[in-house]
Amino acid sequence: MDANIKKQLQIKACKVRMGIIEGVYNAKSGHPGGSLSVADILTYLYFEHMNIDPKNPKWEDRDRFVLSKGHTAPALYAVLAHRGFFPVEELKTLRKPGSMLQGHPSMKLTPGIDMSTGSLGQGISTAVGMALGAKLGEKPNRVFTVLGDGEIQEGQVWEAAMFASAKGLDNLVAVVDNNNLQIDGSVSEVNSPYPIPEKFRAFGWNVIEIHAHSFDEIDAAFNAAAEFKGKPTAIIAKSVKGKGVSFMEDQCSWHGAAPNEEQYNQAMAELQAALAELEA
Amino acid sequence: MADIIKVATRDAYGKALVELGEMNDKVIVVDADLAAATKTGMFKKAFPERFFDAGIAECNMIGVAAGLATTGYTVFASSFAMFAAGRAFEQIRNTVGYPHLNVKIGATHAGISVGEDGASHQCCEDIALMRSIPGMVIINPADDVEARAAVLAMADYEGPAYLRFGRLAVPRINPLDYKFELGKGVQLCDGNDVTIIATGLMVNEALIAKETLANEGINARVINMHTIKPIDRDIVIVAAKETGAIVTAEEHNIIGGLGSAVAEVVCECCPVPVMRVGVEDTFGASGPAVEMLKIYGLTAENIVEKAKAAINAK
Repeated sequence: MDANIKKQLQIKACKVRMGIIEGVYNAKSGHPGGSLSVADILTYLYFEHMNIDPKNPKWEDRDRFVLSKGHTAPALYAVLAHRGFFPVEELKTLRKPGSMLQGHPSMKLTPGIDMSTGSLGQGISTAVGMALGAKLGEKPNRVFTVLGDGEIQEGQVWEAAMFASAKGLDNLVAVVDNNNLQIDGSVSEVNSPYPIPEKFRAFGWNVIEIHAHSFDEIDAAFNAAAEFKGKPTAIIAKSVKGKGVSFMEDQCSWHGAAPNEEQYNQAMAELQAALAELEA
Repeated sequence: MADIIKVATRDAYGKALVELGEMNDKVIVVDADLAAATKTGMFKKAFPERFFDAGIAECNMIGVAAGLATTGYTVFASSFAMFAAGRAFEQIRNTVGYPHLNVKIGATHAGISVGEDGASHQCCEDIALMRSIPGMVIINPADDVEARAAVLAMADYEGPAYLRFGRLAVPRINPLDYKFELGKGVQLCDGNDVTIIATGLMVNEALIAKETLANEGINARVINMHTIKPIDRDIVIVAAKETGAIVTAEEHNIIGGLGSAVAEVVCECCPVPVMRVGVEDTFGASGPAVEMLKIYGLTAENIVEKAKAAINAK
């Protein structure tokens, strides 16, 4: 992809990561690990790929996004804020009484949230319904959803996967954020979902494998998915849980824990340094 | 006397969906491999492009219905009550109820009158489950006329609703020009000794019980409570004040259904004896529907017995 666009996306993604840390630190709870692993893909979708209008979040013909792994809402909120759906200041209200930023996404409260999620395995079904609705209405819009690799242990994911391919929903893209960790340990230790690409292929999907932190690979994958006809596309994205904050990287313990003040300062210093380097 | 017409409410549901489909091209129906039994097959035949079979996967079906609803469609999602309210409870709670989406759950084969299929398919817990979801409307029609009217009315209502239909053909009690009003109980006959508040196929039993009681000099009021949520508080409070005793009758566990809803209102607003006719917190079993209704205490005789007990408890 264009070097300048890539640089801008990297800068945005860095700011999104700072928004994640800011939100989770102020909330004193939340899920930083999986938020950081999905940050680049969400940044790409909202700043580069999806056809959306922050001024008109309910625009009928917009592309839709469903965060099936709803616990990583801090990443989606940070992306939406930086994209202009609401003020970045709001991120500090995450999980607080009266905030529009609930612990898990609520489509009734937050501009830009297309579906309320949080209970794992359910978001993908709603994305399938949206894709079906678009096909039925002969609309050009497309639907994107992101699943966790632990989430695909839920049987409903495969009910949805079977249905989506049976209906030929090529306007649907499901990303699996394959950071290899879930609450109780590595996904293979807990209840292995591997091999993931083969499973989606067996369910009749077009499958693309990428590294989740390479904008070149992300861009190529989503553009290929847009061109692919006849089947839904699954993008299996190898990611690093906690990506961008050294002490959170690849650590299961950072799935659902907030940093203390010292850790917050260190995380923000690391991200500031990365940002300064990108902007230099 | 005119012959009694008997029609299953599921049949009326299927026909009403076709009517709706003709009037409104935004109506979509999804089912989970039970279209022949739930009668959504009628809609499938009439509007194949607007019918989607999720296969035997109710949880995904509810999610797909929710997603479709966000794109501007009015979606009816059908299965047996056991697998809609039961298996997909959490999907209904989290992806339909919480975002308050325009999905109507058309659940058929509710209650003990499923008959021969037995306990695994006789859902007597669905009203309790659906009542616990904030903002969920619950309708249990008494006959085919009311079932049709309720389906047409709910298509114009924006938000989640649970419509409960039966497998068994039941007597028609309403006139063809019956007007359905959401959340408004219907007083079918007046009385001042006791009030029978019934829902679904138990409304007809309540009317028979009224006659039996009348022969014994007891004057019973009969109310058809087609909408269980939101419950018609006013009609319950007036009945409690004016008749001083209430019997509820439903084809559902006595826990969590109509009886509970009525008792909650009566306890809070005008305490009088409330006796409940329903499935006595037990699982069903195989057998012909009408026989099962007798075995599980869901007849006019059971209502008469409880009515007398309620009057004695005044």
